[in-house]
Amino acid sequence: MSEQHIKLPEGSIEKTTTTLNLGPTHPATHGVMQNILELDGERIVSTEQTIGYIHRAFEKIAERRPLAQITTLTDRLNYCSSPINNMGWHLTCEKLLGVKTPKRVDYLRVIIMELSRISDHLICNSIVGVDAGAYTGFLYVMQYRELIYEIYEEVCGARLTTNMGRIGGFERNFNNIAFEKIEKFLAEYPRVLKEFENLFQRNRIFMDRTKGTGAISAERALNYGFTGPNLRAAGVDYDVRVHSPYSSYEDFQFNIPVGTTGDNYDRWLVREQEMWQSLSIIEQAYQKVQEFKGTEADVYHADVPEYYLPEKVDVYTKMEALIYHFKIIMGETDIPAGEVYQSVEGGNGELGFYLISDGGRSPYRLHFRRPCFIYYQAYEELTKGAMLSDAIMTMSSLNLIAGELDA
Amino acid sequence: MLTQRAKEVDRKPMTFLESIYLWNIMKGMGITISHLFKKKATINYPEQTRTFSKVFRGLHVLNRDEEGRENCTACGLCAVACPAEAITMEGAERLPGEEHLYREEKYAAKYEINMLRCIFCGLCEEACPKDAIYLSQTFAPANYGRKGFIYKKDDLLIPHPIENKEAYEAALGDKPAKN
Repeated sequence: MSEQHIKLPEGSIEKTTTTLNLGPTHPATHGVMQNILELDGERIVSTEQTIGYIHRAFEKIAERRPLAQITTLTDRLNYCSSPINNMGWHLTCEKLLGVKTPKRVDYLRVIIMELSRISDHLICNSIVGVDAGAYTGFLYVMQYRELIYEIYEEVCGARLTTNMGRIGGFERNFNNIAFEKIEKFLAEYPRVLKEFENLFQRNRIFMDRTKGTGAISAERALNYGFTGPNLRAAGVDYDVRVHSPYSSYEDFQFNIPVGTTGDNYDRWLVREQEMWQSLSIIEQAYQKVQEFKGTEADVYHADVPEYYLPEKVDVYTKMEALIYHFKIIMGETDIPAGEVYQSVEGGNGELGFYLISDGGRSPYRLHFRRPCFIYYQAYEELTKGAMLSDAIMTMSSLNLIAGELDA
Repeated sequence: MLTQRAKEVDRKPMTFLESIYLWNIMKGMGITISHLFKKKATINYPEQTRTFSKVFRGLHVLNRDEEGRENCTACGLCAVACPAEAITMEGAERLPGEEHLYREEKYAAKYEINMLRCIFCGLCEEACPKDAIYLSQTFAPANYGRKGFIYKKDDLLIPHPIENKEAYEAALGDKPAKN
């Protein structure tokens, strides 16, 4: 076969680098995202991130849905901590509608949000371990993520795509089994987390792999718009829970763990410490919930008959309740016109909801501020000149979740 | 620092002991071996199943009342409430002599749920003003083709409470029989 049959691109004879498609269905990407890497041996020359593989046009869908149905869309953003997304969405709606939630609802929300933060960080940290070749820790902590999912199951009936809570509170009160399971979690989890730390934190192999890789300075991180654990690892103590408290976070005492160099090891340590802080917040919130007495102890939603569905028993027997029931479900209760932004400290950063309403049954425009989308832009800078295996660990330690990245 | 609450993470360099590979391997193996003697966390799934919570959102069931009449009146609230647009129905008027079949004057002649679209959010159950649809504790449907996942009324209806009492009670699960 003569040479002219092989059509090589211009200048490709001199090309000494290899092109590698990391993704979109590569197991090391933990989601549907593509990185086109140029490799010189095992060293990365350049990275090109591609997004949009599971873009489901949530923002567009939301323009045709009444507020209550949009909760199911937020489930599918960061699915490792979907209750935080649900609560964030309800807080946004409550801000627009001017609903004031009772303290007990706030504390119950804090319990659920911190539980989901733990489950999110647990997955992220153990996946960093898996990418370094340490599978064991991942398997051991799964049992406790399972326990968290069982708590969700008692509260809302589902485990992953929770659709938990309603505008103004929860769909039902927490039952005794849920509280028992929270108690069990509080009692057993510190031991498990300690063991998890023992496996990783001071392990030489893990430290060698993570220290100094994927580092970003505080200034660069701020320029990119980093938030959450990734920004705190770079040394900036910014936390939405402290700077603009929502859901009564101002009632709780907790620290903000910060790192110094912003490398993979710092990110891992920050998440690890945040789990301890979350645990202490859950303990405080659980104490506060137990302190409610009398009728206050059964409050699980705000008194907003225009937006919160009436009790089923009333719907079957009372005309008034039936009318409201039909009005709310058919989206006939118009939402006021206005513009709100509400952010919550999500599992992997500041999750914001920017809602514009023109007074109809559904939002005029809704934007999700997804932290993953912002982290992913910095991926090229973080991996330039690094080894291929470090790039994979950088990706998992940024806690990139494809569902949130593409929305 | 923006706040007084910042707490720096512990990032001290390795001690001599920690820098020894063999020590690290022994420490890790110690944890692994200790887990050998712990209670198993897994169950043999198809043979054993775990019990779900009472509010678990599994496959849908169309409910009957205690006399075996269908509750659904084809009002369409569930279809309106469905974020995935998975439910379709057609209403029909009850004829004289069908009072033992349908509870109200109107009933659903056709009722379909596309289980491939359904996201099991439970909003249909919440929307139903007649206690006619609820999400049961069964899950993991299987089928050979996509058509089979469009559940018709026959697939969804609960067994007759008088003619087939055992199956009715099994399908009802932990749900209260009457609201």
